[in-house]
Amino acid sequence: MKQQILPALRLTLVLMILCAGVYTLLLSGFAGLTPEKGKGEKIADRNGKSYYANIGQRFDSVIYFNSRPSAVAYNAAGSGGSNKGPNNPGYLKEVQQRVEAFRQNNPGAVIPADIVTASGSGLDPDISVAAANAQVARIATARKLSQQAVQELVNQHTNRPLLGPQKINVLKLNIDLDKLNH
Amino acid sequence: MNTEISGIIVMFILTLLLSLPLGRYIAKVYGNERTFLDPVFNPIERFLFKCSGIDPQKEQNWKQQLVALLVINLVWFLLGMFILLNQSWLPLNPDHNPNQTPDQAFNTSISFLVNCNLQHYSGETGVSYFSQLYLMFLQFVTAATGMAAAAAVFYAFRKGTHQTLGNFYNAFVKSITRILLPISIIIGIILILNHTPMTFEGKQQMITLQGDTTYVSTGPVAAFVPIKHLGTNGGGFFGANSAHPLENVNYITNMTQMIAQMLIPFAMVFAFGQFINRRKLGWAIWCVMTLGFLILCIPNIIMEMHGNPNITAMGVSPALGAMEGKEVRFGTPASAYWSIATTVISTGSINSMHSSYMPLSGMNMLLAMMTNCFYGGCGVGILNYFVFIILAVFVSGLMVGRTPEFLGKKIEAREMKIAMIVALLHPLLILAGTALAAALPSQTASTLANPGFHGFSEMLYEYTSSAANNGSGFEGLGDNTPWWNISTGFVLILSRYLPIIGPVAIAGILGAKKYIPESAGTLKTDTATFGFMVFAVIVIVAALSFFPALTLGPIAEYFGMG
Repeated sequence: MKQQILPALRLTLVLMILCAGVYTLLLSGFAGLTPEKGKGEKIADRNGKSYYANIGQRFDSVIYFNSRPSAVAYNAAGSGGSNKGPNNPGYLKEVQQRVEAFRQNNPGAVIPADIVTASGSGLDPDISVAAANAQVARIATARKLSQQAVQELVNQHTNRPLLGPQKINVLKLNIDLDKLNH
Repeated sequence: MNTEISGIIVMFILTLLLSLPLGRYIAKVYGNERTFLDPVFNPIERFLFKCSGIDPQKEQNWKQQLVALLVINLVWFLLGMFILLNQSWLPLNPDHNPNQTPDQAFNTSISFLVNCNLQHYSGETGVSYFSQLYLMFLQFVTAATGMAAAAAVFYAFRKGTHQTLGNFYNAFVKSITRILLPISIIIGIILILNHTPMTFEGKQQMITLQGDTTYVSTGPVAAFVPIKHLGTNGGGFFGANSAHPLENVNYITNMTQMIAQMLIPFAMVFAFGQFINRRKLGWAIWCVMTLGFLILCIPNIIMEMHGNPNITAMGVSPALGAMEGKEVRFGTPASAYWSIATTVISTGSINSMHSSYMPLSGMNMLLAMMTNCFYGGCGVGILNYFVFIILAVFVSGLMVGRTPEFLGKKIEAREMKIAMIVALLHPLLILAGTALAAALPSQTASTLANPGFHGFSEMLYEYTSSAANNGSGFEGLGDNTPWWNISTGFVLILSRYLPIIGPVAIAGILGAKKYIPESAGTLKTDTATFGFMVFAVIVIVAALSFFPALTLGPIAEYFGMG
């Protein structure tokens, strides 16, 4: 065993240089060539302020399309889900409250599951198409816009991929919503 | 919904199509045959071996191989402890994260060392970038360790009698330079093109559109994630693992990561068939594994798409399925598919929170880890399956009244004892661990996130995940306590090294035996009948021993549903 230790140590050191060093630098170098420089996709609002396009934000105001509940209050430096079991009585009470609040704000709308349940990361940037549609009437009233104009915006923002679910990025939708009023 | 189902089917078919040529390539690599990439890799490998003073041509028997494997693993463990206990002053710590506590560093080092990545910390606050890079290094080398052990078994079953099984360092280094590293680079490029961060900047302040102030963690994510999946490690860069929108940005990155984690487990099976020149045996093994995978996976997809009946009863539309803990960009089918893929294979990365799944979906994840051989981890999956083959050969031999043989080698009492010990170790560690945790509420009760049966499932899941070297969790469990860190740490060590030592020892013993040419009396191991035989052994030995524990957890919870 003794004569194995030194080769093992030396091999570990050279492999660290290869796997943690060269490999990382290679990908960093490649990322540097992309327009966003490996810092994540950014998007700007009408005032030129920029945001991470894929980090979900808290939207609970009546004038914005609301985002999903978050177990970590949209803290992008500490992601996570609720991890509550499907039968947990305390959890179900919480969901019941969200359902009632959503119904009150958006009377008559179908309530999709995503808008009353917390996402896995707590930072879900998207909502379902149904969740956006359910909020159109409320937004139109609150912003004194026609329902048709808001609905059109939702349709424009609906991502319809060949594979995978349809979805809407809430931040992008709300940024464009702000532009509608001006 | 149709685009979501086709998404899963495309994922599975692409994995299979990519794994076939990769399997042939892996067989060539371990057979030291020429490949078109030799001009690139030969000089690199010569340099690595020269620097470390290793002769890769020197043949080793199974004992020498295992000593080499264990010694280098010990070096990685000690280095890991040092880095995690000193990360606050080591370089690349822009967020000034503190040192880990000794018990947490013990757990983190062990769990990355054994390819499990249990992670009793959150990536954003628990480790520095320097530690992340060391953990990434471990994800390369531990995957290669499992692959090199599998290669030793491949060597033993070439026709003829073999006292030696090749060279550990040779198979180990080549697994990194020729398989893991090049594919990781390709995956990394795909991830970067899909907006995955690759930077060494610390947290960034962001004022949201509504005016809240928040901080956004980024980092060298695009380097970390490829090997996390390709090596079936599963350790997340961020706390939410591949549910995090920067770690798994869109459906394309989700497919890439999904295919990456299933790729090598598939390919190793085909490589085995190719290497010993029995391609049909490779396919027979793959079919049994796929059967097990589908039996667990399809019900999960259906149950999750059906939604949580408790929430549907509140007047919520069940059209999207059960969305608690899931991300809209993946949807329920792709999340449920991942939940079983990551548990049959020992990855343990997640793209949705397993604790919030329906009770019986949670049971299927547990069963996937309890059997731990449907595809299985990088290299070690085929070793686990190999143990069940040995058991099935023995049982079949007894049933037809013949001496049990596998690939021309007689299976005798010594091999059977080793196989039985390895097969029974898994239930022993899981059940004894859970029983202890349940018997010591002073240590565990306050760490549970859910009351009742689900709380029991959290403990059962933690030990199952440790013993399967999986690393996923019912994450509500507050597992960063000395009890959880230390008890799972010991389960991790035993359940990693004994299931490597056992099969390599069996292979070494069998390899040295006289080769008996096939005759009319030989039990055929590449037929459907034998495939079902292995499947039955897996169900009886692995799944049934867990039934009582499952009744106390997910099954009781299911019957308690409103």
